[in-house]
Amino acid sequence: MSALSPLRLKLLRDLRRLWAQALAIALVMGAGVATLVLGVGAYASLDQTRAAYYTDSRFADVFADVTRAPRTLASRIAAIDGVLAVETRIARLALTRIEGMEEPGNAMLISAPGEGAGALNQLYLRSGRLPDPQSPREAVISEGFAKAHGFEPGARFTVLMNGQSRDLLVTGVALSPEYIYALGPGDAMPDERRFGIIWMSQKALASAFDLEGAFSSVSVKLAPGASQAAVIAEIDRLLAPYGGTGAYGRKDQLSHAFLDAELQQLRGMSQVLPPIFLVVAAFLVNMTLSRLVALEREQIGLLKAIGYGPWAIAGHYVEFVLAIAVIGIAIGFGAGTWLGMELAQLYARFFHFPYLIFSRDPSVYAIAALITLGAAVAGAANAVRSVAWLPPAVAMQPPAPLRYRRFMGGLFEAAHLVGQSGVMVARHLLRWPLRTASSILGAALAVAVLVGSQWSEGSMDRMIDVVFFRTARQDATLTFAQEQRMPALYDSARLPGVLAAEPFRMVGVRISNGPISRRVALQGLPEGVTELSRVLGTDEAPMTMPEDGVILSEALAQILGVRTGDLVDITLLDGDQRSFATPVSGISLGYLGLGAYAGLPALDRMTGRPGRISGVNLALDPAQEAAFYAAVRATPMTGFLALNRLSVEKFRTTLAENVTIMTTVYTVLGAIIAIGVVYNFARIVLSEQGRELASLRVLGFTRGEVARILYAEIAVVVLIAQPLGWLIGWGFANAVLAAFSSELYRVPLIVTPWVYAKSSLVALAAAIGSAALIRGRINRLDMIEVLKTRE
Amino acid sequence: MLQTDPVFRVRDLSKTYRTGAVEVQALRGVNFQARAGEFVVILGPSGSGKSTFLNIIGGLDSATSGDVWFMDHDLTRAGDAALTRYRRDHVGFVFQFYNLVPSLTARENVRLVTEIARRPMKPEEALAMVGLSDRMDHFPAELSGGEQQRVAIARAIAKNPEVLLCDEPTGALDSHTGIKVLEALTNVNAVIGATTLVITHNAAIQDIAHRVVRFANGTIMSEEVNATRKAPAEVSW
Ligand SMILES: Nc1ncnc2c1ncn2[C@@H]1O[C@H](COP(=O)(O)OP(=O)(O)O)[C@@H](O)[C@H]1O
Ligand SMILES: [Mg+2]
Repeated sequence: MSALSPLRLKLLRDLRRLWAQALAIALVMGAGVATLVLGVGAYASLDQTRAAYYTDSRFADVFADVTRAPRTLASRIAAIDGVLAVETRIARLALTRIEGMEEPGNAMLISAPGEGAGALNQLYLRSGRLPDPQSPREAVISEGFAKAHGFEPGARFTVLMNGQSRDLLVTGVALSPEYIYALGPGDAMPDERRFGIIWMSQKALASAFDLEGAFSSVSVKLAPGASQAAVIAEIDRLLAPYGGTGAYGRKDQLSHAFLDAELQQLRGMSQVLPPIFLVVAAFLVNMTLSRLVALEREQIGLLKAIGYGPWAIAGHYVEFVLAIAVIGIAIGFGAGTWLGMELAQLYARFFHFPYLIFSRDPSVYAIAALITLGAAVAGAANAVRSVAWLPPAVAMQPPAPLRYRRFMGGLFEAAHLVGQSGVMVARHLLRWPLRTASSILGAALAVAVLVGSQWSEGSMDRMIDVVFFRTARQDATLTFAQEQRMPALYDSARLPGVLAAEPFRMVGVRISNGPISRRVALQGLPEGVTELSRVLGTDEAPMTMPEDGVILSEALAQILGVRTGDLVDITLLDGDQRSFATPVSGISLGYLGLGAYAGLPALDRMTGRPGRISGVNLALDPAQEAAFYAAVRATPMTGFLALNRLSVEKFRTTLAENVTIMTTVYTVLGAIIAIGVVYNFARIVLSEQGRELASLRVLGFTRGEVARILYAEIAVVVLIAQPLGWLIGWGFANAVLAAFSSELYRVPLIVTPWVYAKSSLVALAAAIGSAALIRGRINRLDMIEVLKTRE
Repeated sequence: MLQTDPVFRVRDLSKTYRTGAVEVQALRGVNFQARAGEFVVILGPSGSGKSTFLNIIGGLDSATSGDVWFMDHDLTRAGDAALTRYRRDHVGFVFQFYNLVPSLTARENVRLVTEIARRPMKPEEALAMVGLSDRMDHFPAELSGGEQQRVAIARAIAKNPEVLLCDEPTGALDSHTGIKVLEALTNVNAVIGATTLVITHNAAIQDIAHRVVRFANGTIMSEEVNATRKAPAEVSW
């Protein structure tokens, strides 16, 4: 009946006998494989989804805003060499008034793109229909905004456009490729409740904003191979007389830029962590399997004695580890695919894609499987090689006689500090320094992957602290619809509930050093020390605005390759678009975006238009919030209002959602690795010393005393591994961080003691759990069995 | 030999091993007594139940039925903790395979036991008794088989046990070395007065015993008392 060869039967029985260990190894492998599959899968899915969505919706390549340009200009833009399609439209900010929401929200009003196949930035209607071109009230709203307020087609709310309030009727809910990442003005994180995109008919917006026959925004699609820079330069030339603020490519398009930064973070995590996981898992699997096979030495000798050749024996053990590896890989594929889809979905919800393309790149699966199989087979080969080619008589003997040595001249023993069982533990560990070192390294790596998965929380807290509590300390930022003269500051200061007001000015500039340049908002702040919106130096002390020159954020200075004292070239994006050189007078600390700062008087001189401000930073009396909000709505000069408290909350919760979920996934996988490693380590130590421990039981040692010897050995290894694990984990965190950082996010590496503690706690818990799991085996050590066989 | 109360009283001792559907009756109704200070040699063919018997009276294994008393300890009804205590306080074991801890020196192997014993002798004293004073700081791997076995004996006696149980102590040794080991055993038996049971399949050894017990088929087939004992040096095989 049984066609199985005896070796196959042995294989199956061995697997059954060692099922717990085999499963633990398979789980470690599975965790390694899963990380790679999920990380790469989530990133590739989102990347491909974005590409497909951009193509489907004809997302534009170049964008530009103007104050008011005649629509006839469109044909001249279309005639620019390299321009494939042009779409002009009206885009203006407005305040919203929504029942149940005390503070004013912000909205971007955009004239709805056409429905024709040639239209750019096409809407993806989730429900309802586009607004009637003749209706002054009908509107399609962005999905996130609709969901945040529970709006469906038929719902109504109010916007304050150009000083007049108008009741809108929602006719549809849609998504736009321009607002995949729907960041509101002045916000650090998308907040759907306070920021919505509203598409209305061209006619309705034109009449509301006095833009009949004119446009305020233009999008351009480039022909394949066209030079973006040349097109931008040409557009800038055409738009300059109409208040153009400089055309820009996708790289500077807000949604695209942030989406890019987020994807880069995801890719950073998936390019750095999974390979680390996979390599760590492979190392551990290799180590574990080679020790497991080494325990089979006598059996290998026996097989040889009865005539099996070395290759047959090697094949047997390779099959054994392959069986485990296949289970591990299957677990990894399953878990990785599933987690990758979940993660992609999570990001997709946050990013507002109309659909999600799941990418399953076979090469990722193949790489993960090959590395794992390779590590497993290498582990087995390593151990088999040393035995399978020995003469059988030698193989059946225990490995070369153990010549233990006294260490440290017997000092330790003489001190009688630890008793004979302590001496046993110490000598064991020192007898095979390499093996002990690899055990320690294994446990350390388990701790390290946990540190490497969890470090970000400290960094995020620090980022929030610096950005929201030490830099932007204002309660609210009121940005005017248009630049105002200084008296607007005093008007703002007199609004109800305002405790303090500080002016600021935002000027769009291109800042460059030689060929390297970046579009940034140059922010003017009052000279001297500001109380609300502060700029911190790299030493974290508040900086005073210089009389001359600009302060650049660390990231910007690094990109431009300039230091304090160097000159940078600045070109204004609006107004007379003048260019000038100015010295870098300081470098500031900045984690979000690229920052450039100047004193207001200096900015006055730079622009040649003195005495203007863009808005005010305010400290508010919480008791008078309602009155303040009402007054802001009633003030015609209001452009939009950013609320710091809500911003920081949103920032925190969004990070909590994204980073924490990601971190949790990796942490769970890291914990599996930790548990798998420590459990296997404990089991192997038990197998290696089972005989000795059983002899001690014969001599009258209690179960507890015997367990303590084994536990002491495990404890020594696990404890020594902790600091090493922290160090390696810190290195991992550094590697992830390097991949994590982008021009928009610059994350400081702060690994809090709590992160180290948590990682160690998981590893220690794994050790204690493993100790408990093997306790039953210690209790059942077969005393009689050891007496029958010689070692 | 003094007529004292028996140290061991074994009545109707049976042991059945069950592995799956297969049952092996290793012991069937063994009755046995041993007196304090007695030196008993147990002979019998392989598989006759000698080791099983020794393991049960040594508290390493449990009986299926019957009674085993060691002085006033009822071994058949003792739990693991009580049996551990019994082994620790009263029994010294010597096995065919010496079962020394390879990471400890001879002295340390002995100390392993003296650390947990109630009234131990000095490790050095125990090693001297087996003639190993000059080898105390050697690791097992640095000792010959006979020397290792003598360390095992030293380890067994260092606790001043009431009983010394030896299962084929010379089984792995040549006759010259075996005699040295037997000398150590008789010497210890005489000096500390431990009741000594020695299993062997080597009939030549029987002459050094007070009494010889023969096992066959899971039970004691015959017993005989040696009118005169030979010294180990007088026997050979
Ligand atoms: N753990 C065990 N499981 C099953 N059978 C056993 C076990 N130990 C011993 N036996 C059987 O019990 C019988 C007696 O064994 P043992 O006492 O070792 O004999 P001896 O020591 O006289 O050679 C033998 O048939 C042996 O096969
Ligand atoms: Mg036997």
